[in-house]
Order: sequence, then structure tokens, then C-alpha cells
Amino acid sequence: MTAIPLNHVLILACILFSIGFIGVIIRKNTLFILMSLEIMLNAVGVAFIGAGSVWQQADGQIMFILILSLAAAEVAIGLALLIRMQRRYQSLDIDKLSEMRG
Amino acid sequence: MSLLAWIPFYPLISFLLLIALGRRLSWGLASTLSIGAIALSAISSGLVISQLASADSGIISVKLWSWFSLGSAEVNFSFYLDSLSAVMISVVSGVGLLIHAYAAAYMKNDENFSRFMAYMNLFIVAMLILVLADNLVLLYLGWEGVGLCSFLLIGFWYQEKENVLAARKAFIVTRVGDTAMAIGLFLLFKSLGELNIAAVNVSASSLWQIGDELPYWIALLLLGGAVGKSAQLPLQTWLPDAMAGPTPVSALIHAATMVTAGVYLIARMQGVFLLSPEVMSYVAWVGALTLLLAGVAALAQKDIKRVLAYSTMSQIGYMMLALGAGAWSAGVFHLMTHAFFKALLFLTAGSVILALHHQQDLFKMGGLLKKLPVESGLFIVGLICLMALPGTSGFFSKEAIIATLWSSPTAGPVLWWGAILGALLTSIYSCRLFFLAFLGASREHDKVHDLHHDHPTVLLRWPLFLLALLSLFGGLISLDFTEVFAVASSVDAAQEPAWLHPLAIATPFIGIAFAWFFFKSYRDNNGEALEMKPGGLNRFCGDGLGFDWLYHSLLVRPYCFLAAINRRDIIDQLIMFNGWYVRLWHDAMSASQNGSLRWYAAGIGLAVVCLAGVTTL
Repeated sequence: MTAIPLNHVLILACILFSIGFIGVIIRKNTLFILMSLEIMLNAVGVAFIGAGSVWQQADGQIMFILILSLAAAEVAIGLALLIRMQRRYQSLDIDKLSEMRG
Repeated sequence: MSLLAWIPFYPLISFLLLIALGRRLSWGLASTLSIGAIALSAISSGLVISQLASADSGIISVKLWSWFSLGSAEVNFSFYLDSLSAVMISVVSGVGLLIHAYAAAYMKNDENFSRFMAYMNLFIVAMLILVLADNLVLLYLGWEGVGLCSFLLIGFWYQEKENVLAARKAFIVTRVGDTAMAIGLFLLFKSLGELNIAAVNVSASSLWQIGDELPYWIALLLLGGAVGKSAQLPLQTWLPDAMAGPTPVSALIHAATMVTAGVYLIARMQGVFLLSPEVMSYVAWVGALTLLLAGVAALAQKDIKRVLAYSTMSQIGYMMLALGAGAWSAGVFHLMTHAFFKALLFLTAGSVILALHHQQDLFKMGGLLKKLPVESGLFIVGLICLMALPGTSGFFSKEAIIATLWSSPTAGPVLWWGAILGALLTSIYSCRLFFLAFLGASREHDKVHDLHHDHPTVLLRWPLFLLALLSLFGGLISLDFTEVFAVASSVDAAQEPAWLHPLAIATPFIGIAFAWFFFKSYRDNNGEALEMKPGGLNRFCGDGLGFDWLYHSLLVRPYCFLAAINRRDIIDQLIMFNGWYVRLWHDAMSASQNGSLRWYAAGIGLAVVCLAGVTTL
């Protein structure tokens, strides 16, 4: 099995990261923003894994586990918040919910 | 502090109290305070002057504190009393006291009485500082202070637009002169490095020769200041309008004291003026032209106060003429006697105006001799002093001036004739005023208002009697200026024709005789309405010989036109460009802070992309 070149891994990570980032920017629904954030986190995780396998180091995987647990915690809290928001405002539109006034 | 230092402080304290307490003070309290303060000043002045007589050097000076220093020159808050300023402080505080007492009665029913008395006190403070100042900066402080008080008091009844306009005009016109004077002072300081008056006079004569260019310009600029303040040609237009103020103000500021500040300035700076004979003759010519112009204008006035205003201008013209001719002490002597009789005339006119329910039109008066005998008598006293009939104070001072003119190197026969013609005009317009107001039968006022019904008699009458006494016998006061005016011009009487003095003495009588026949219709009027002849000449003279029109069309209208064109000021726009630029960025920045989280995220992303792009390139 030939090793996947690092470039490919990094390009995949960039594409995933961009997709996630664009999702964060253009989505109005808070749930989708949260999902896009997950995609971005995973893009970073892919980059770490790829780099770790190229240099034969365990650090990449350690970082990925760290990111995974971070993402899990974030999703747990984020979803809980989303449920509260839905109950309270009957909406998840982030522009409607925004209370900052420039 | 010595007694001298206290003189201006009594009225200052009174001013502060009056302005702080305002209407809470009753009439009695406010008038006691203001009159008392001036009385204290007057008493102190008397005591200080008696000390001066025994002082060896002929000078009393006191330094209060140092104000600031300019290079090597120290500018101190210090007072300097010699015989010239002694005359001035006795006039200011003495005549000021009498006018204050009268004013307290005259203005009794005004609702802003304490504000009025406060301004009057402030005026006395400024005037005393002006005449006591030992350096030119302090003098300038007093100079501007009296200008301010004049402005405040002309516009005292500010609810009427005319008064406010008159106040503004007085302020702006005198400011023209003051600017010239300020430039003169800068020039003086630049060339001498000295601002102390005594030191300036000494070092000017040691540094410059007679006829040098620098003292010429300095003296000319100082003359500009004096011309503005003393209402001389060409800055005379403000004085007749200044009569919009209450009558005691006209008496105090626009007749007796403030308008003589210019005369004082020239007499004070004589060391500089003596170095430029050309400017001395300009001074004489300005005085002569003004006295003739004012005399002609006074012949065609309808308002009793405007007649007196023009006569003030012409009498100050005499003072200027005297100064220009080098007759310093005669000029200052006339300043003093004029303060007496002009204050008397104005205050008596004030009583007449009160008695006629604020009627100031001469053509609607008439027959007052029978109705107001006391006031008429006082007015006659004032007028004979003004006409300089022999024996009165005006006679002594005016003859002293006229006597020096013929053979003075800076005046001469032409100006002598001018002065004689002016005296003739003076007696003619005085008679016209007297005939119109006091002789004949009353034209409009069958009943005169009882003056003493709601004004305190004592205050309204006694100052007038005292002033009348001073006017009649003030000529006997002998002033000794030998130490102040070192160079007395020697009159070579042998060279002069013998008929000069008799003619000068006879002139007023010629004028009276002329007026007696010429103004017969005014004198013999039996109650029918009188009108001034509507001729163009009368209107021209009545408007002050067209100077107002001239200045209005030459200066005011073009200025207003330019101002209207430049409404959106060009220079302002240049400066506002900065504001516009800053505003642009402000708008851009604040648009970016819109509170939308997604925009922020996009901004961060864009920045990262840009940074990454920059680093990879």
C-alpha cells in the first residue's frame, strides 16, 4: 500500500476547511453553523493525522483525539443551547437572534 | 497697600457685590453701595492729591504686583500719580460721584437698577486704571475696559433694537482706533523694549531725533487710538448714536470722562509726540476739522442730546487742537472744565427729558423757562460755560487754548481762525438749543411731569448745583503741570496782532447776536407747531455731514456683500475637508461594526486569506 502523499491530505483538509468556513459564513440556521464548525474541526484533524503519519509521530493522533473530545464537548453544549434557543425564540435564525447592535 | 492703590478697588468691590446680588438689593442699598464706593474713591483721591502736593518728586507711585514680564521689560500692576493723572482722577471720581448720585435718582424706577449701577462702577474702575496706569499695557487694559462699559451702557435698554445697534456701532468704530493704538504699542515696544510710560518718554527723546521716521509712525498710530476713543474725525460717527444710552451714561462716559481718554493718551505720551512735529500738526488739524464739522452738524439737530453730543465732539476738538499746538496744559485744563459743564448740561437735559415724559425732540419743547425755572437756570449756566462767556470756567480754558494757536509752530493762523469760527458756531447752536427748548410758548407739553414725585429731590438737584458751581468757578482752579510737561511752548506775544484777544473774547457775543435775529421764529414762537426746514442742507447737516452714509456705502455695504457671497467660507471649507475625511473613515469603520457575527467571521477569513496570500507571495 502506497502512502497517500501529504499534499493530497493537505488539499483535502483545505477543501474541507473552506467548505466548513463558507458554511459558517453563509448559513443562517444555527444548527448548520454548528455542523459547519464540526467540519472545520475535522478538516484540521485530517491535516494532523496526515502529518503524523508522514513523520511517523504519535503527536498527530494525540492532537486528533484532543480535537475529537473538544468537538464532542462543544457539540454537547452547543446542542443544549440550540434546544434552549428553539424553545425560547421559536427560531434558530442567527440574524434574528442577534442582539448586538454594531 | 497705600491709599493710592485703593482708589480703583472701592468701585471694583461695589461692582462685584452689585453684579453678584443683582435684583436682590433694594434701591436704597444698591445706590448707597455704588455711590458710597465712588465717594470713598473721591475722598481717597483728594487725600492722595494733597499728599502729592507735599511729595518732593511730584510723583507718587505704588506697585501692587507684577503682572508678567516681556523679555527685559517688566509689566507690573502699578499705579503712577503725577499732576496730570491727579487732574484726571479728581475729574473721574469727583464728577463721577456727582453723576452717580444723579443716576441713582434718575434710574430709580428701572427694573435693572443694580445692573446699571454695577456697570457705572465698573466704568469708574476701568477709567481710574486707565489714568493711573504706569505702563502702557495697564493703560490699554483700562482703555478697553472703558470701551466695554460704554458698549454695555449704550445698549443698556437692550430690548430696543436701535440701542443695540448704537452700542455695536460704538464698539466697532472705536475698535478701529484701538487696533491702530495696539499696533502703535507693539511698535513702541519693539523699538524701545520698554512699556513703562515714564521710561518710554525719557528713552524716546534720548534715542530719536526730532523728525525721525519711527516716532512719526508710532505717534500716528497712537493718534489713531485717540481719535477713535475721543470721537474725532474720521472715527467720530459713533458718538451721536451713543446717546441711545440713559442720560447719566451720556453725561459720565460720552461727555465728561471716557471720550477725553484720547486727549489724556496724547498728553501722556507727549515725549513721543514732541519728536514728530508733523503728527502734532495732524493732531491740531484733526481737532480743528472736528470742531468745525461738529459745530455745523449741531446746528441742524432735532434731539437735545444729539446737540450736546456734537458739542462734546467739538469741545474735544478744541482739546486736540491745544495738544497739537503744544499747549498741553491748556488742553488738559479745558478737559477738566469741559467735564464740569458738559456733565451739568447733560444731567440738566436729563431732568428736562424726565419732566417731559422722555421727549427729546427740541421742536416739541418750548417755553420751559417758566415751567422748569431751576433746570432752566442750570442749563443757562452750562451754556454760558460752553459758549465761553467771560468769567466762566469755559472762558479761561478756551481762551488759553486760542491764545496759543496763532504763533505755535505746529498750529498757526489758519487754525486760529478755525477755532474762532468754531467758537462762533458753538454760541449759535447753543442759542438755537436754548431758544427752542426754553423760550417761546410750549408746543406740545401743557403739563410737565412733577419731577420730584417719584424721584428723590436731593439726589436729582444737588449734583446739578454742585456742577453748576464748579462750571462757574472751575476756571479759578490753577493747575500746575510744570513737572509733567517739561517743554512749554513759549508764545511770542509781541509778534501777534493786537486784535487777536479782543476778537476771541467778542466772538461768542457775535454768535449770540446773530442767533438772536436769525432764530427769531424759534424765540418768539407762541405755541404753533415748529418744523425744521426740510431743505437738503439741513438734512445733510443733521445726518452728521454724510459720514454715516459714506461709511455705510463704502465699508459696511461692500463688507456685507462680500460676507453674503462668502457665506460658505472658502477657508472654512478647506479646514472642513479634514473633518469630512475623518468622517468618511468614521462611517466606514462604524459600518464594519454591524453586530452581525457572520460578517465578523467573514472578515477574519478574508484577513487570513490576504495574510496567507501576502506571506506566500
